[in-house]
Amino acid sequence: MVTKLEQPKGGFNFDNYQRNVALEKKGITFPKMTKTGTTIVGLIYKDGICLGADTRATAGPIVADKNCEKIHYLAPNMYCCGAGTAADTEFTTALISSQLELHRLTTGREARVATALIMLKQMLFRYQGHIGAALVLGGYDVTGPNLYTIHPHGSTDKLPYVTMGSGSLAAMAVFESKWRKDLERQEAIDLVREAIESGIFNDLGSGSNVDVTVIEKGKIDVYRNYAKPNERGVKEQSYKFKRGTTAILKESIRDIVAITEGIEEMDIS
Amino acid sequence: MPLKAGEVNLGTTVMAVKFGDGVIIGADSRTTTGAYIANRVTDKLTPVHDKIFCCRSGSAADTQAIADIVRYYLEMFAIKDGEDPTVQSASALFQELCYQNKDNLTAGIIVAGWDKYEGGSVYIIPLGGSLHKQPFAIGGSGSTYIYGYCDTAYKEGMTREEAIEFVRTAIALAISRDGSSGGCIRLAVITQQGVERIFTPGDKLPKFWQDELKL
Repeated sequence: MVTKLEQPKGGFNFDNYQRNVALEKKGITFPKMTKTGTTIVGLIYKDGICLGADTRATAGPIVADKNCEKIHYLAPNMYCCGAGTAADTEFTTALISSQLELHRLTTGREARVATALIMLKQMLFRYQGHIGAALVLGGYDVTGPNLYTIHPHGSTDKLPYVTMGSGSLAAMAVFESKWRKDLERQEAIDLVREAIESGIFNDLGSGSNVDVTVIEKGKIDVYRNYAKPNERGVKEQSYKFKRGTTAILKESIRDIVAITEGIEEMDIS
Repeated sequence: MPLKAGEVNLGTTVMAVKFGDGVIIGADSRTTTGAYIANRVTDKLTPVHDKIFCCRSGSAADTQAIADIVRYYLEMFAIKDGEDPTVQSASALFQELCYQNKDNLTAGIIVAGWDKYEGGSVYIIPLGGSLHKQPFAIGGSGSTYIYGYCDTAYKEGMTREEAIEFVRTAIALAISRDGSSGGCIRLAVITQQGVERIFTPGDKLPKFWQDELKL
């Protein structure tokens, strides 16, 4: 009989983690991971699922990428928004996407969203929260539209409208006041856009543009940069210096390539 | 045991009561991450077989993982034995997982259900991984506020309606005092006939003297 939670043989070793905690206590600082201080959202509407995300990636106080992609492809009928550690969301979704492709090939069926959910949550639970991926999973399968959130420790929730990341509070405020059952497609997109923009404007960790992905039965539309509420304005003045601003004191021109005349025999001995 | 940073908590009130025909289980619906309510309509009454449920409290990730493993094994039991597993089997499985992994888990679980040998039965597994069979059980952070109420209001051999009222009132009282519990009340009546769920929305909770005050 099983007596322990499954521990893969020869698998994980947390010695280095323990060491790093000890070192950190002694005052050694470690390099910062790129966190996507993020707003990601998803909602269920009349015919499907609408996902949204901002496009800012941060490393501490620095904006590491002003236009990154946070809505990841999982399967032809599934997409997944990622918040938390950028690398972790990228690689977990890529790994599960690969497993889903194989699953689809062996079963000869379209994978269900619940399958992806279980695969993601079991992986994140196994790593006990060390994989910092907070996800919004959305898709359409034989059971209809499905929407879930997955926390880094592996817990999941199933709700008609969800938000995650540092901007989740701002976005949820929009959903809580305006979401209703059976929204039309365009209403759903507009609400998702408003929720993400609420995150972009009110949360320091979120910013730049709005990405939207709409999933319906047998049809997915990816709207990259659906809204650009932070377009850089045209500068009214140029900071370029006029030609000749810096005085030329002396001039010397020299050849840096040695040119030799004539043809030399190639040595073919 | 303190929760890990950023871990999702089921600051919870859950309970289960045995009555004439089976058991009634109930829970509030609040899930929190720190001060934020991550889910206000959570379903903490998790089926692990047709007529066996568990009420989850503690870490959401841990209790979901345990429930998933137990659900898998009970399904395998059912197929191999050709009959429904007993509540005792389910609770023993939960205990095994909770006790052997106690250093890595934050999980307080109530197991309740109906089987043909015992009828309705209720088991509770607190944090340390011990297993207790009881006529009724309460668990989660909110339960501390209602021990007194439950010990006075509980009566052996309640009718279905009396038991429902008992559970609903107890959870409403816990919600009124515990900040980590709230939302709505979910109940499930488990008998030989199957499972009936009863939903009480947050604005239809039982009222107490505070709510009647005219200020």
